[in-house]
This record gives sequence, structure tokens and C-alpha cells, in this order.
Amino acid sequence: MEKTLRISKIRDGTVIDHVPSGKGIRVIGVLGVHEDVNYTVSVAIHVPSNKMGFKDVIKIENRFLDRNELDMISLIAPNATISIIRNYEISEKFQVDLPSRLVGVIKCKNQNCITNTHEPVESEFEIVSKHPLVIRCVYCERTMGERDIFS
Amino acid sequence: MLKNKSIVSIEDVDSDDLNDLFDLADSMLKTIEKGGSTDLLNSRIMATLFYEPSTRTRLSFESAMHRLGGSVITVSDVKTSSVAKGETLADTIRMASSYSDIIVIRHPLEGAARLASKFANKPVINAGDGSGQHPTQTILDLYTIKKETGSIDGRVITMVGDLRYGRTIHSLIIALSKYDVRINLVSPQILKLPDYVYTKIGDRSRIKEYDDLSSVIEDTDVLYVTRIQKERFTDQNEYQSVIGSYSVDKELVSKMKQKSIIMHPLPRVDEIRPEVDELPQAKYFKQAYYGVPVRMALIYRILGE
Repeated sequence: MEKTLRISKIRDGTVIDHVPSGKGIRVIGVLGVHEDVNYTVSVAIHVPSNKMGFKDVIKIENRFLDRNELDMISLIAPNATISIIRNYEISEKFQVDLPSRLVGVIKCKNQNCITNTHEPVESEFEIVSKHPLVIRCVYCERTMGERDIFS
Repeated sequence: MLKNKSIVSIEDVDSDDLNDLFDLADSMLKTIEKGGSTDLLNSRIMATLFYEPSTRTRLSFESAMHRLGGSVITVSDVKTSSVAKGETLADTIRMASSYSDIIVIRHPLEGAARLASKFANKPVINAGDGSGQHPTQTILDLYTIKKETGSIDGRVITMVGDLRYGRTIHSLIIALSKYDVRINLVSPQILKLPDYVYTKIGDRSRIKEYDDLSSVIEDTDVLYVTRIQKERFTDQNEYQSVIGSYSVDKELVSKMKQKSIIMHPLPRVDEIRPEVDELPQAKYFKQAYYGVPVRMALIYRILGE
């Protein structure tokens, strides 16, 4: 049977592949994709995958991700693959990498943490566990799981 | 080695350091009991910044520095300092570290001492940050257990009261998890030990939770009582629902072992009745007394030769 593409190719932009099924919406949420975006975003949910059984795939036209955005994706989808597309060709492909420390990426959920004030410091977390995801604030030492991080 | 080191968390002090501090505290205690002082830290200056009320911790730190021959500079009321003009803690700490050799800080926000240690070019000692940690209280708590019961290993330690907001509890449980002890935690449901403290403890099998003190009191070697911390509750209705949950009185103490001890980081409100004060098990004033020699030992190890 001929294989058909569920989402058409993009000319320039970013493809985020191998996102665990059901987590695609969360990924576009942390990337700040809202109703007033001026670029095209395609999200395929529950796509059959040889490797994962099912997965989500996101294609974002004319947008390239920075380090913090890639770190955020690595928290949601530690095995996601990023392809940078230029003129319909893959110019770069890599897997996201969950860093041992997250600096300035997310806010501490502890409202009483010193980093949530006007002090001149960025939030900083160390990874306690990847599966399940648990991170610890370097300042107040509170731990946060996936639900706390993305709520 | 604690030389020039900041002590923000009890994890900044390893077991060898603790044993060394206990030995040194013994000799500092002898000096105090002879009515003497030392000139070990002559001409060294400690800055104390207390953004939250304190009696024992502040007095014992200042007394310890004076007994070591050093001096103390302080802000008597931070509300009248540059903080009132909107100065950041980072800037205050930069300034304080240029005027002193060591900084002691208490702050209502968690992580404040860690932040201070990043901006200071001198050692910082955490004297309590919000409901976070209070490492020097833990060192003197461990010292008290060892001194008053002969050993830390082998003890059954029951902690009762506010396990959620009580920072002395958080630091102490983390420290005790490295000893061969059994820990009973007794608290109302809403004041249970937070998960983030559990994530710092390797082996949780020796920790058990109860909501009734009477079921563990006979087995207990160390009863560690804490105040329910009204100031940390955002919902005062919640506070009203738990005040007076536990009260240690003569009748309860009569069920305890003769050689068991009762500790409390103080101040107390109504969780230990005054009638208990004269019983042989009551060691909470002794515990507070040990605050000076223990802090002398710590400051000397950080600043001394």
C-alpha cells in the first residue's frame, strides 16, 4: 500500500519528531504557539510509529528553536528528534538532550522561593530523575515533577 | 573540611566534619563552663542579617563569636535598613561581605541563603530560610542526642508536630537518614513531611508515619517536639484546625523510658506543658544551651587556622 504523508512537507522550519503520543499539545504549548501566530504549525497526534508504537509529530514553518526551547522539549519528550529544514531538505538533524542543569528555562513553582522575587538571578534546576521526570531547584531545593512543571 | 566553606544545607557538612565538630564543641563547652573565653578569632568580624525574628539562634551565634574573641556587626532591624528602600538581597550581601569575615543570615524566603552564598565572597551560614533548612540547629540537635543519650546510632527518634513547615525537622531528618536510627513521624495529615524532603533521603524504610503519638511513645528514645508554625500558614482556617493537636504533659512522659529525652528547637507555645520542664527527660533548655559551643566549633572550623 502506498504510504501517504499526513502532513505535507515544509519548505523552511523545524520538525519535532518522536514526541510521545499525547504530548504534542504540551510541546506546542511550551513553544508559545497561540491563536495569533504568524507561521503555520501542523500537529499530528497518535501517528503509527515502528519505534514507538504511536507518536506525535510537529512541523513549524519558518521558525527555528533556541536552546531554552530545546531544553523545554527535552523535559516533555526526552527522545524527540529535531530536524531543521531549509528549502525542503534536512539541513541538520539531532536528538534533544536533557541537560544536567536547567538555567533560566522555567520558574520555580514554590512561590516562597527567592528566585521568584526581583533578585538578579535566573532560576536553576538540577535533574534528579529522568524517568519519571523530577527536577530540584538549586536555591529552595523543592522538587517538581512533570505535572508541576507544565501546570 | 569546613575551612572557608558556606553552610547552607546540612548536606554541606559530611559525617567526618560532624564528628570533628562534636569533639571540638566538647572542648568549647569546657571553656564556657570554666567561665572563660578564647582569643582564637581575635579581630575577626561576623555580620548577622536577621530578616525574621530570632532569639536563640541570633544570641547564640553572637555569643559564640564573642567567646571566640571575635566581634559582631549587625542590622538591628532590617525594616530600617536599605532593604526598606528596595535594595536586593544580592546587593546587601555584597556589601556585608566587604565589611566582615563571615555572614550569618536568616530570611523568610527559601533559597535566600543559597543566593547569599553566591553573591558573598566570604562564607555564609544559613540560620534558617523560610520553611527550608536550618543546618546549625541540626548540628546542635545531633550533638544533644549524642551527648544526652550517649549515641545517635541505635536510637528511636519520634518527631511530632509541624513536619510540613518545620525547617529544623527537614534538616534533621536528612541528617539522621545517614545514621542507624528508626524515625517515627507523628503529625496531622495537613502537616506531613513534604515529598521534596523524602526525595533527599536514600533509604526510607526506617521512617514510618503515624497520626497518634501514644502508639510510639513507649519505644521512643528521643521525642523531638515542634511548634505548629502559625506564620507559615497562608490559610488561617487550616491553622485553626491543627492548633493544640499534640500536647506533651506529665502523663504522657510517664509512659516514656526513664533514659529517653525530650527535645524542642524552641520557642514553644503549648505543645510542651510547663509541668514537664522539671522532669529528667526534659532536655530542651540544655539543647538551647549547647547552641553556643556547637556554633563556636563551627565558626572556628570555618574561620580558624
